[in-house]
Amino acid sequence: MRRGRRWPKVVAALAVLLLVLAAAVAWLNVRGEAPLEPEASLGPATGALLERGAYLARAGNCAACHTERGGAPFAGGKGIPTPFGTVYASNITPDAATGIGNWSPSEFWRAMHHGRSKDGRLLYPAFPYTEFTRVTREDSDALYAFLQSQPAVRQRNREHDLRFPYDQQAALAVWRALFFSPAEFEPDPSKPAEWNRGAYLVRGLAHCQACHAPRNVLGATNDRLELSGGLIPMQNWYAPSLASPAEAGVQHWSIDEIVQLLKTGMSRRGATMGPMAEVVFSSTQFLSDADLRAMATFLKQVPRHDPDPPEPARAPREVLELGARVYGNHCAQCHGKQGEGAGAAYPALAGHRTVTMGSSANLVRVILSGGFPPTTPGHPRPFGMQPFGQALSDAEVAAVASYVRSAWGNDAPAVSLLDVQRVR
Amino acid sequence: MPNPQPPLRARAALLAAALSGSLLAAAPTAALTVPDDMAQRMQACVVCHGKEGRATNHGFFPRIAGKPAGYLFNQLNNFREGRRLNSTMTYLVDHMSEAYLHEIAGYFAGLDLPYPPPQTTGAPPALLARGEQLVRQGDPQRGIPACSQCHGTAMTGVNPAMPGLLGLPRDYILAQFGAWRTGERRAAAPDCMAEIARRLSLEDVTAAAAWLSSQPVTSGPAPAGSLAPKLPLDCGSGLR
Repeated sequence: MRRGRRWPKVVAALAVLLLVLAAAVAWLNVRGEAPLEPEASLGPATGALLERGAYLARAGNCAACHTERGGAPFAGGKGIPTPFGTVYASNITPDAATGIGNWSPSEFWRAMHHGRSKDGRLLYPAFPYTEFTRVTREDSDALYAFLQSQPAVRQRNREHDLRFPYDQQAALAVWRALFFSPAEFEPDPSKPAEWNRGAYLVRGLAHCQACHAPRNVLGATNDRLELSGGLIPMQNWYAPSLASPAEAGVQHWSIDEIVQLLKTGMSRRGATMGPMAEVVFSSTQFLSDADLRAMATFLKQVPRHDPDPPEPARAPREVLELGARVYGNHCAQCHGKQGEGAGAAYPALAGHRTVTMGSSANLVRVILSGGFPPTTPGHPRPFGMQPFGQALSDAEVAAVASYVRSAWGNDAPAVSLLDVQRVR
Repeated sequence: MPNPQPPLRARAALLAAALSGSLLAAAPTAALTVPDDMAQRMQACVVCHGKEGRATNHGFFPRIAGKPAGYLFNQLNNFREGRRLNSTMTYLVDHMSEAYLHEIAGYFAGLDLPYPPPQTTGAPPALLARGEQLVRQGDPQRGIPACSQCHGTAMTGVNPAMPGLLGLPRDYILAQFGAWRTGERRAAAPDCMAEIARRLSLEDVTAAAAWLSSQPVTSGPAPAGSLAPKLPLDCGSGLR
C-alpha cells in the first residue's frame, strides 16, 4: 500500500521534469529571435544590391545544394545524403506556391540566422545555418533580393527521407538545443580588418567548417577544434585539417599561393580534387581578390592543432613489392619513378600531404576515381588522373597506396584492405 | 606552374616543409617532364577507353576516337547534366568548363586510328540477317527507321553529331538500348533514340547489336560530312 501511494508522486515529479525539459528545449530553439517585422520590405532592388546578392550566393555556394544536376537554378530537389537519411534541398526561387516568393526579408533572415522556415518549422542543419547564423542582416537582405530576382520555378519540395527519430521536429529541437545557438559575427579588435573579413567569410557564408571539422555521432561539428578536419559524411572524402600543416594547413604557404589555389584550383603546392574542386569551380573562383586575400590571411593564422601521430603500421614485404609493381606499371609514367612528379602537370608524391596524412581516404579515393582539378580561367586545361577503380583490385589499391606512403622518405601507416573497401 | 621564388621565401618554404616532414615536396629531384598536349591531358581516359580512346574489342567501354565532335560533346554534357548515368564519367567531367569539354571532344574526334577486328564472331546466320535488315532497312510497318538513315550508309557516323555504330562492343550496344528504355540514358529533347528503343523488341536489339558488333571497319572510319536531308524522327541531338 505504501508503495502504491508513492507512485503518483514519482509520476508527477517525472512529468514536471519532462515539462521543464521540454520548455527548456523550446526556449533554446527560439532564444534571441526578435519578432518578425511583417511590414519589412526592401523596396525596389537596385542593380548594385542584386550584384552583391549574386556575389554572396557564389560565396555561399547556394547552388551546390539548391540546384539539382541538370535542373533549374535554385529550384531545389537535390538529395543530400546524411548518416540519418536523405535531406532534399528546397526550392529557393521566387515561385509563390513552391518557392520563397511569399517570404519576407525578415523570414529569410530568420532562416539564415535562426534556422527556422517561414511556417516556423525547424530546418535541418544540412542547411548550414550553424555557420550562416554569422551572416549579417545586410548580406542576408542582398541574398534575398538576388534570389527574388531569379526566374520563378514551380517545383514542389520533396519530402526528406529521414529515419525515425531524425524525421521528428522534436528530435531536431533537442539537437538544436544541444548544438546550435544563433550568433553574430564578433570582429576581433586585436586583428587587422583583413583578417576579420576573412574570418567573417570562412566562419559564415563560405561555411568551410561544414566539411573541414569533425562531426560527432549526431552530426554536429565542434567549434573548439576549428577547421581541424573531418570525414565528409557519406562522401568518403576526408576534408583535411586546416589547423595542421601535416594535412591541409596553409600556415607555411604564402598569401599568393593560398589565393591562387582558391582562385584557380591549382597552386605550386598542390591542386584541388573531389569536393574541394567543386568548391573552387562553383564558388571561390568567383570571389574578389580582396576577399580571397582576406580568407587567405585568416586561414594562414588558424591556430595550429596537430593531430596525434598515427600508430606506425608497416605493410608486409610482399604487399610493398606488389605495390611497387603496380606503381611501376600504372603510376610512374606520370608521377615519376621516385615520386618526383612532372612539374605542374602531375604532383610529386614524395612528401605530398594527401599521400602522407593520417587518413588514407583521399589517397584511396583518388586512386579509385582519378579526376581532374577544376577548370578555371587561371587553369583552363588541367591534366587528369585515371580512375583505377575498374582496373585494380582492392588488394592492389591497398598495396600501391601502402607503397607510396612508405617510399621516398614518406613514412605513413600502411593502407589495409578494409581502408580501401570502406572508400570504394 | 613555373613560379620563380625569391631565395628567402624558398628557404622559408623549405624550413616549413622540413618541419612538417615533407622536405621532398619542396625540393623535388630532377622532375619528369611530360608533353604539354591533349594526348597527355587525356591519359585519364585511356584506362577504360583504351589507348588513344580506340577501345578494345572485348569488354564494355565504347570507342571514342573518331566519333563526331558534336556527338562526343553532347555525351560529355549529358553526363555532367545527369542525362546519362555513369558515376565515373560524371565525376570526371563535373568541374569542367564548356570550352574544355569542346576541346576534349575535338581532340578525340580528330583521332583517325585503325579499328580492332570485330568482337562478335560466329553469331547464327539468321540472327545476323535480321540484324542487317534492321540496320539497313529498318521495319517500316512498326515505324522503325533504318540505322543507316541517320548514322550514315557506312554506319561510321555523320557530322556533326551522329555517332558511328561500328567497332563497339556488343554488350555496350545492348546496355545503351536498355538504358534508353529505362530512361537512364537521355539526350536533348526530343530524344529520338529513346523513342526508337521503345519501338524495338528485345529480339530486334539482340539482332542489331550482333550484326553491328560483327562488322569489320574497312572503308575508313571518318564520319560522313553532312546529315541526310531529312531525319526520320525529330532528334534533339541531330542539330547540335
